[in-house]
Amino acid sequence: MDKFFDFELIGRLLALPYVQAALVAAAILGLLAGVLGPLIVSRNMAFAVHGTSELSFTGGAAALLLGVNVGHGALAGAVVAALVLGLLSRRSSDHDSVIGAVLSFGLGVGVLLLWFYPGGASNKFGLLVGQIVGVDFASIALLSICGIAVLAVLLVIYRPLLFASVDPDVARARGVPVGGLSVVFAVLVGVATALGVQTVGALLVLALMITPAAAAARVTASPLRATVLAVVFAETAALGGFVLSLAPGAPVSAFVTAISFIIYLVCWTIGALRGRSARGVMVTARFSGETAGPAAPR
Amino acid sequence: MSTDLTPAVSLRDATLGYGDRILWSGLNLDIERGEFVAVLGPNGSGKTSLLRVLLGLRALSSGTARIVDEPPGRGNRRIGYIPQQRAIDAPLRGRDLVGLGLDGHRWGTGVSRVRQRRERVNQALAEVGATEFAKAPVSQLSGGEQQRLRVAQALVSDPEVLLCDEPLLSLDLANQRVVSSLIDRRRRSANTAVLFVTHEINPVLPLVDRVLYLVDGRFQIGRPDEVMNSETLSELYRAKIDVVRVQGQIHVVGAQSGLCEDTSHHMHEEPA
Repeated sequence: MDKFFDFELIGRLLALPYVQAALVAAAILGLLAGVLGPLIVSRNMAFAVHGTSELSFTGGAAALLLGVNVGHGALAGAVVAALVLGLLSRRSSDHDSVIGAVLSFGLGVGVLLLWFYPGGASNKFGLLVGQIVGVDFASIALLSICGIAVLAVLLVIYRPLLFASVDPDVARARGVPVGGLSVVFAVLVGVATALGVQTVGALLVLALMITPAAAAARVTASPLRATVLAVVFAETAALGGFVLSLAPGAPVSAFVTAISFIIYLVCWTIGALRGRSARGVMVTARFSGETAGPAAPR
Repeated sequence: MSTDLTPAVSLRDATLGYGDRILWSGLNLDIERGEFVAVLGPNGSGKTSLLRVLLGLRALSSGTARIVDEPPGRGNRRIGYIPQQRAIDAPLRGRDLVGLGLDGHRWGTGVSRVRQRRERVNQALAEVGATEFAKAPVSQLSGGEQQRLRVAQALVSDPEVLLCDEPLLSLDLANQRVVSSLIDRRRRSANTAVLFVTHEINPVLPLVDRVLYLVDGRFQIGRPDEVMNSETLSELYRAKIDVVRVQGQIHVVGAQSGLCEDTSHHMHEEPA
C-alpha cells in the first residue's frame, strides 16, 4: 500500500519522456472533456457519448487487425459513429434505443475483430481500459491537433450551440440551425471521445466527459462557471489519476474514475444542502398558488 | 420610423398545406403596428403553422407573406418569439436565458460586447420584474416566473413584431394576467404588433383588437364581438355552436372537444 505514495518513485517516473507525453495527453483530454461536458449534459447526451466511445473501440480494433495506427482507427470509428447517431435520429424520444441498437452491434463487431487479432492481450485490453503510457509523440501530435481543432470550432459555434442545446424551440425561431449544429457537435464529441478511448479507454470515457460536467451542474447553473468548473474537475481527475497510478503501476482508469466520482459526490452533497436551504427561502418569498406546469418530456 | 405606415404583418391569398391536406387557404390579413391579434381555433387548425410561416421555418404553399417589410426569413432580428411554458432541465440561469434571446444566434465569442450585453439583459429583466430571481436556475422557477423570463427574452432584442405561441398555457390566472399585461404594455409603449396564438381567449380578451379564428381550413377575421358569436362560429364549425357571455367572459359551447383541450403542441412535432 505504501507503494501508492512513494514520492521518490513518482518523481523519477515523471522525469521519463514517455510519462511526460502521457501527462500532456491527459491534460489535453481533460481540457476537451471539461469544455464539451456541460453541453453534453445539457443535451442529455451521456448515453450517446457512451455509444460513440464503444464504436470508437470498434474502429480501434479494426485498425489493430489491419495493422494501421490504432489512434486513427479509433478516431474514424468515433466520427462515423457520431455522424450515424446524429443523422439516424433527430427525435429525442427514440434516440436512446437507436444508440442502444447501434452500440451493441458495434461492440460485438469489435470483439470479433479482437478475436481475429493474433497479437498480445495488453494491446487488446488497452482500448477498453486505457493505455495512456503507450502514448507516443505521434499520438501527442494527433491529440494536440484534434484538440485545437475542436476548441477552435467550439469557440465559433459556442453561443448558438448553447442556445440550441438548452432552448431548441426558441433557438429555431431565432434562425439558429439547430439540426446542423447537432451534427457538428456530435462530430466534436466523437473526436474528443476517440482521444479519450486511447488514454482512459472506451469503457471509462464517461468518467471524464460526463462526470465532471454533471458535478459542476450540481453546484452552479451558470453555463460559464459550469464550464470552468468542469475543466478543473476533469483536469484534476485526468492528471491526478495518472500521477497516482504511476508508483503502483496500476491501471490509470481506476484512479481517474475514482477521483471524478469523489468530486461528483462532493458536488452532489453541496448541491443538495444548498438546494434545501434555498428552497426554504423561495417558498416563503413566492406568491401562493402558483403551478409549475406539467414537466414536458424531453 | 418610416416603416410605421406599412403593416407589421401582411398575408395575401396565403395557403398552407401538408401534402393533400390544406390547413388554411386564401388568407388575407394585415396586422398594423401596435395591434393585438389573437389566433384561435381547434388543435390542428394551423395556428402554430402560421407562426412557423412568419418565422421563415415553413414556406407557404401559395400566396405571399411579409413581416416587417420583408419576406419571412430564418432568424429575422425584428421578430420576438414567446413559446409556451416548458420545463428546462439544463443548467441555466434566468439571465442566461434572456441573454440568449439577445445574441444566442450570433457566431463567435461576443467577448467585445460583454458590458453592453449585461446592461441590456439587466434592463429587460427589470422590465418584467425578474431581477430578483434572475440568478436562480430556471429549472427551479415556477411556470409564471419562467414565462416572465420568456417575455424578457423576446423583448431584449427590441422586436417590432411579437409572435406568441400559447404563452399562457399551464399558468394560473394570476400569472396569466401578469404575463399578458407585460406583452400588452410592450405593444403600447413601443407600438409592437402582437400575434397571439391561444386556445383560450378569455385571459387576453380585454387586450385583443382582432381575432383570427381558424377551423378546418376556413377562417374568420374581425373584432372579438364580430367573430365570437353563435352565428359566426356555427358557420365556421358547420355545427350548432352557442357563444355565451358570462361575467365578461366568452364561452363557446358545442364546439369539438378539441377546442379546449390543454394539449401542448411543440414546434418540432409537426409534420415537416
